[in-house]
Amino acid sequence: MKLSRRSLAAWLFLTPALILLAVFSFWPVGYGSYLAFTDYSLIRPTSWVGLDNFRYIFDNDMFVGGLKNSLLFLLMVPFVQIGALSLAVLVNNKLPGIRYFRAAFYVPVVTTVSVVGIMWGFMFHEQGALNYVMMSLQLVHAPIGWLSNDTLALFSIMFVTLWRGLGWYMVMYLAALQAVPADMQEAAILDGANRWQRFWKITVPMLRPTIMVCTILSVLAALKAYQEVDVLTQGGPMNSTFTALYYAYDQGLKHLKLPRALAASFIVSLFCVSIALLCLRYIRPKHR
Amino acid sequence: MKPRHFQILGHYLILCALAVVCVFPFWWTLVTALSSEGNIFAFPPTFWPRAPSLENFAEVFRAIPMLSFYKNSIFIALCTVFWKLALCSMAAYPLARMQFRGRRLVFGLILATLVLPSEVNFLVNFITVTKLSLVDTYTGVILPNVVTAVAILLLKQAFEEVPQDLIDAARVDGASEWTIFSKIMLPLIAPWLATVGILTAVEAWNEYIWPSIVMSKPDEFPLSVGVLYLRGTFGSSTRVIAAGTVLTILPTLAAFLFTQRFFMRGMDGAVK
Repeated sequence: MKLSRRSLAAWLFLTPALILLAVFSFWPVGYGSYLAFTDYSLIRPTSWVGLDNFRYIFDNDMFVGGLKNSLLFLLMVPFVQIGALSLAVLVNNKLPGIRYFRAAFYVPVVTTVSVVGIMWGFMFHEQGALNYVMMSLQLVHAPIGWLSNDTLALFSIMFVTLWRGLGWYMVMYLAALQAVPADMQEAAILDGANRWQRFWKITVPMLRPTIMVCTILSVLAALKAYQEVDVLTQGGPMNSTFTALYYAYDQGLKHLKLPRALAASFIVSLFCVSIALLCLRYIRPKHR
Repeated sequence: MKPRHFQILGHYLILCALAVVCVFPFWWTLVTALSSEGNIFAFPPTFWPRAPSLENFAEVFRAIPMLSFYKNSIFIALCTVFWKLALCSMAAYPLARMQFRGRRLVFGLILATLVLPSEVNFLVNFITVTKLSLVDTYTGVILPNVVTAVAILLLKQAFEEVPQDLIDAARVDGASEWTIFSKIMLPLIAPWLATVGILTAVEAWNEYIWPSIVMSKPDEFPLSVGVLYLRGTFGSSTRVIAAGTVLTILPTLAAFLFTQRFFMRGMDGAVK
């Protein structure tokens, strides 16, 4: 195959980026998947162990519980998406000071996760602000252990993830809303459509591609959640807040059991890839 | 008042309520850091600093090498921004404006990195960085973050918006592809380079898992890792931790507030 001059130029432009992607994005996936079937460790030669690591993690309550929790995280997706879309509609206007509100909703996104952990640790403390507000409003009579109760803790973490995610998706929806042509709205007003009808008959159909993309990203993010777990509960109490990837992180980094960690992340990859493929099949005809 | 005024008032009330929920944890942390007396978890809590002073902030600088942390974070952020802009714009240009064999394949591969759980790539990347003898170097911290799919997609979108006439005219004049790229295209997408640059700077500043794996000497930590080091040294002094937290996020919050418009249009190009 002879490369034309322009093809050669194109590949030269791409090469540096592709090398780095190959080394730091594809190699970890490929080599990592291979290591998931071995007994790799730094101190002795590696040998193939077949499905042993997978058998081990599926017999392990921390991983199985974690996988269930990761699937439970999917419950958040509708809340994040409907919440973010509502926020975007609320701030999609030119009222005085609206940019300060947009900023307020986006600030959690630009905050590093370690700081998020420290701040919400203060909020969720038994004598913290949240319990005080709840008790003042007579919603509860005794302080609640937001992070120490083994049924509640996971939902507290999910709430923090929601709090961190809303602003990001709001910006996506805001951009899409601003691309909806104003004359369509005006024509609908002339035809006597009310706000509600205009939202459902014009805005939502126009936003369809954005809604689909955001929903997929949100599903993937929910399946892959683990950083919030690390900074809030480290998997406790009684391992009730493990997620599948937190198990991988915990085993790989804290216990140096790399093959197990990689087996766990291999399972998460399978979930992510199959969901992405399903979604792509569903969306594609719309684009072409 | 007319009904319309009531409507606007109601709109503001909803916005304010939601904004309070979003911002409250920050306010609470600031109050904790500024107060110099009283129990942190006193019941009922105070929502306003008691006996405000900057003592807790001074304590942070005495307890940990805060200035080195700032310096390290700034260095890492600047290098990441420079290399990301250089390499990702070079990769995005042919994807946007050239026809060549394998274009769809390369584009598909780049998209695929968005789907895979790259969050745990660090497990294998640490082996790679060790083999390349890059442990304890900033190169090791920076390299894996230089090329990202989102940056390439954003810049590809930017290149696609440049009128074809400009490129054709330059080609007729005999300009090389590199000249077209560096002298014509890059200046035209400068606002997008700024967007990607600022988003990257904030991301690099906020990253903490990877730098904490690669760097082992406390003096060389970036701020995001160093602030956790504070939690280690000061098991109980919550006020000092809160002050360290405020000092950590101050630069990113300032950067965000002054360049808000870059963030607000940031991602929309990438989804198209």
